[in-house]
Amino acid sequence: MLITYFCAGDPDPQSVPRMVDLLVRAGADVVELGLPHSDPIADGPAIQAASQRAIEAGMNTDLYFEMISKTETDVPLVFMGYYNMIFRRGVERFAQDCASSGITGLIVPDLPMDEAGPLKEACTRLDLDLIYLVAPNTPPERIESIVEETSGFVYLVARSGVTGARRDLLDETKDLIDRVKTDVPKAVGFGISTPEQAAEVIRSGADAAIVGSACVDLIARGDLVGLERLVGEMKEAIRRKT
Amino acid sequence: MIVDRGRFGGYGGSFVPETLVQPLAELEEAYERLKTDPDFKNIHEELSRTYAGRPTPLYHARSLSKKLGLKMYLKREDLLHGGAHKLNNALGQALTAKMMGKTRLIAETGAGQHGVATAMAGANLGLETMVYMGEVDIRRQEMNVYRMKLMGTEVVPVYTGSRTLKDAINEALRDWTASYEYTHYLLGSIAGPHPYPTMVKDLQSVIGTETRDQILKAEGRLPDSIVACVGGGSNAMGIFSGFFQDEVNLIAVEAGGTGLTCTSKFANHGASLKVGEDGILHGALSKILQDPYGQILESHSLAPGLDYPGVGPELARLVDLGRVRSEVADDEVAMEGFRVLSRLEGIIPALESAHAVGYALQDPESLGDLAIINLSGRGDKDLATVMQREAL
Ligand SMILES: Cc1ncc(COP(=O)(O)O)c(C=O)c1O
Repeated sequence: MLITYFCAGDPDPQSVPRMVDLLVRAGADVVELGLPHSDPIADGPAIQAASQRAIEAGMNTDLYFEMISKTETDVPLVFMGYYNMIFRRGVERFAQDCASSGITGLIVPDLPMDEAGPLKEACTRLDLDLIYLVAPNTPPERIESIVEETSGFVYLVARSGVTGARRDLLDETKDLIDRVKTDVPKAVGFGISTPEQAAEVIRSGADAAIVGSACVDLIARGDLVGLERLVGEMKEAIRRKT
Repeated sequence: MIVDRGRFGGYGGSFVPETLVQPLAELEEAYERLKTDPDFKNIHEELSRTYAGRPTPLYHARSLSKKLGLKMYLKREDLLHGGAHKLNNALGQALTAKMMGKTRLIAETGAGQHGVATAMAGANLGLETMVYMGEVDIRRQEMNVYRMKLMGTEVVPVYTGSRTLKDAINEALRDWTASYEYTHYLLGSIAGPHPYPTMVKDLQSVIGTETRDQILKAEGRLPDSIVACVGGGSNAMGIFSGFFQDEVNLIAVEAGGTGLTCTSKFANHGASLKVGEDGILHGALSKILQDPYGQILESHSLAPGLDYPGVGPELARLVDLGRVRSEVADDEVAMEGFRVLSRLEGIIPALESAHAVGYALQDPESLGDLAIINLSGRGDKDLATVMQREAL
């Protein structure tokens, strides 16, 4: 499976349905829509810049849900964003808005399991997946509780550090895929930017590769043709596993 | 205050990327162990005394007292090595890092004082040191940038967001998620995720412990009030912590900037305790300055150390409980404090500390007969800012 991320509202709020459409057409099996935040501490320069552009273009939480409601697609749409944006709207209301706009899951990179109680409760009630992350330094017992608690899939952070495109795939990543033993699908993200890396992740035992910053970089350059090609090639590489 | 893994009422917590969960747990464990470890305590005590210059004096400011119509003392953290209270925290954390086997320190800085303190601790203990600093702050605190460089610290300019303290913290957190194995993140205030608010308060509590003994010795009684400026809140919590059980007014003075107003992206102040609302910034739930959607506002203060849209979670709790009184002093009031203390006492305060002095000048009646100002730092670093402002 291929999961693609883009920052909703970059280049402008109205572009959201079009972007989803393009990504799905090119081969995305799941689309993550980032809600831009002023202080994205888990993100590298590409997504930081995209977030700033989107905020300046007028993106906000109301428009985010409005645009997602207007998006027609069969693939699952997943919210990705920082907890203050959820907290500020009210956890309950935010989860409601997700459910009614067509979002099926949430990834909140600054909300570790231990702090997720209220959101988890709301998600469970509304049948939304709250997707937890596992990092390369997460200890074994904690991995066990995370895979126990996560729903939809478990997000394996491919490497220490923030998001951003990298060339190589580390042993650290393969080792992590090995160590996370679960029936829940394993999706690997952070630093995956090429078809080769995506294939390697799948060969190493993951169920999905997540590509974010590489897409965001192409959107930043206005290269939608390149974006469609990259996503297509990644999908193909995942299918062939090479 | 009951600490349930860094909870202060509803505030605090640890809202961080999964990658930082383990490093924070290791830090908590190490600090809890080390603070009662005889070796750590010996070295820490000796460095605090012979390198940093503790205890700092409690000074009876006679001329200021006369002007205010009450008896005013100043806790002289401006006399600590480096010129601010920041070294109390930096030394303790750097020593912890060293005993944890870390080889590198990273820190954020606004005024440059915490950066300088970290540079000192790093140089002294032989740790590689890198300090993130907003590009705006680098321009207004040139001297401190040079001091850090002289001590072998690399100062990294931050060009994102408001290019001030908030963004420097973001950058330091990002660095740490990639470098935690050999790096300690030496956070400079009582903000941030658990265990920082608790650990930094603990390291700054020496201010309160000393002050309590000193005022009892000098006056035979406790003060009616204690005034401290608040950026993140570390100097305030440090001195307040000696008096929580007593009937002493604890007054936290935040930056009023150019007024308690804001536009869609900017707050014209740094008054998170006074007008902020609940939210998550830099890993903790506290009072923060934010827009209706949860985007963080850029703050403003003449004093870079108070130019921060958040505040320590424990302080937010204490204000809610009514134990700490929240007040503000704007840029003008701070300038008045700066001028008056320089002229009357021959002490040039940091612009941050000048907010506490300015508040006392504005409202001396609220302080009782005997009061203490925590003079958190000296003003050498601010001379360029003040000269520029006076020239206008
Ligand atoms: C002299 C001085 N006082 C106060 C502060 C504000 O920090 P805090 O509120 O943590 O004491 C700073 C921060 O840089 C400072 O340099």
